[in-house]
Amino acid sequence: MSSNLELKLGQAWSKPPFIKSPVLRWTLVICVLLYLVAAFSSIEVNWSRVYDGLEHGWRFVLAFASPDLSSRATDIREGLIESAVITMASTAVGIALSVPIGLGAANNISILPVYLLCRGIITFSRALNEIVLAILLVAIFGFGPLAGFLTLSFATIGFLSKLLAEEIENIDKIQAEAVRSTGATWLQRFDYGIFPQVLPRLIGLSMYRLDINFRESAVLGLVGAGGIGATLNTAFDRYEFDTAAAILLVIIGTVMVLEYLSGIVRFKMR
Amino acid sequence: MLQLKKLSKIYKTGDKALSAVDLTVPQGQVMALIGPSGAGKSTLIRCINRLVEPTSGSITLGDVEITSLKGNSLRQQRRRMGMIFQEYALVERLTVMENVLSGRLGYVSFVRSFLRKFPQKDIDEAFRLLDRVELLDMTDKRADELSGGQRQRVGIARALIQDPALLLVDEPTASLDPKTSRQIMRLICEMCEERKLAAIVNIHDVVLAKSFVQRIVGLEQGRIVFDGKPDDLTEKELTKIYGEEDWEDTIKKDESLA
Repeated sequence: MSSNLELKLGQAWSKPPFIKSPVLRWTLVICVLLYLVAAFSSIEVNWSRVYDGLEHGWRFVLAFASPDLSSRATDIREGLIESAVITMASTAVGIALSVPIGLGAANNISILPVYLLCRGIITFSRALNEIVLAILLVAIFGFGPLAGFLTLSFATIGFLSKLLAEEIENIDKIQAEAVRSTGATWLQRFDYGIFPQVLPRLIGLSMYRLDINFRESAVLGLVGAGGIGATLNTAFDRYEFDTAAAILLVIIGTVMVLEYLSGIVRFKMR
Repeated sequence: MLQLKKLSKIYKTGDKALSAVDLTVPQGQVMALIGPSGAGKSTLIRCINRLVEPTSGSITLGDVEITSLKGNSLRQQRRRMGMIFQEYALVERLTVMENVLSGRLGYVSFVRSFLRKFPQKDIDEAFRLLDRVELLDMTDKRADELSGGQRQRVGIARALIQDPALLLVDEPTASLDPKTSRQIMRLICEMCEERKLAAIVNIHDVVLAKSFVQRIVGLEQGRIVFDGKPDDLTEKELTKIYGEEDWEDTIKKDESLA
């Protein structure tokens, strides 16, 4: 038995703390607590306003008990079709643009200038909030589905390219190396060595983005970018809470169906 | 056939993987490359097909200088070198057939390979090779459905369909059980014999190497410290390659096999 071991035996052991210095550790804890107290105490709540508002809220909730699909049926159908078109078109265009950008943004297969350019596009796309972008595009292209389509295509790029690039960075390098060792060209290396490894994930992410785009298209209508959101906005403006409730139920139902379908597709793709 | 002259590789981290390696492998010779982990065995064979860029020195295959090649001409030379990998390196989600045919990628256009429309003679050759490695029934199975030994046989078929002059084999048996290991080594050696291929086989299992190959080269810290027949690999030589250890069993086992 070494003398070192004798010293250690009988001593308690605990996991080394994340922040070594106790002074720094406790200072940070106290600062966070002080910040939380200050933050919560700065929230102002007008309780009498809340009391008045409860009644409005309750009427809205009650409307869900008697949703009215029929009196604005044509508007709802048209809004829904418009949203579906925006969703499908923006997802398809988004995917088509995301694949090359995702490839360029993967640091294990890209070259530096292309990498920086593609990462720049992704960062820009992710930095711009969908609603802000939609407001800008509505200002440029006018009210209607074109602005919604452009907004969602652009947002899809930021989402899909980033995750695809990360997936490509995590592939099994040896499989790609084996394809390279046969004398394959760059495109063949992608087709045989990389693409099969990321395809299931790409399809899963695309399905996921499809249902995000549908939900977003409902929100974007509120700022004038067309789709079911525009119909919803009109219903609220007219205080037709029962029609609004019907529209919301339709949106929820559609998202659930999409979610279910994407689950099936992802399972089959494994 | 294959000639390395003063081949050196220094990695960006400053690690000297190979220092001035001189090596000649004649046509039809199967050569085992042994040595401790980190001795540079993997680097050596990856320098030959330029998956790793050598720092200095020259490599000639036949009468072609490999080290200065770029683009198309590099890819044309890679076709002449089939590579077999430690963890098989099959593309898991592609079928067995696609994996074998991927050995023809250097010969067909992107459009053909993308549409999976390979020339009939390539497909026939793939069937012939799959039959030879006893996997003809597995043609349309996905590679990840196969066992280790079966995958390595697909890996061998993929390397051979390239119609190579040289096989680069990186630890072909490291993830296989002892029986499968022997079968795979035997298959590789038979194929080289049939097709008069030169081969460099990186291998950890000294006993296995000694019972199959004609020549053994020992690498230690990027230098060749042994080059000779399997019988010449004595206890003293093994100590030179791997360091001090009781090597009696490694040598005795070989005698009992002979």
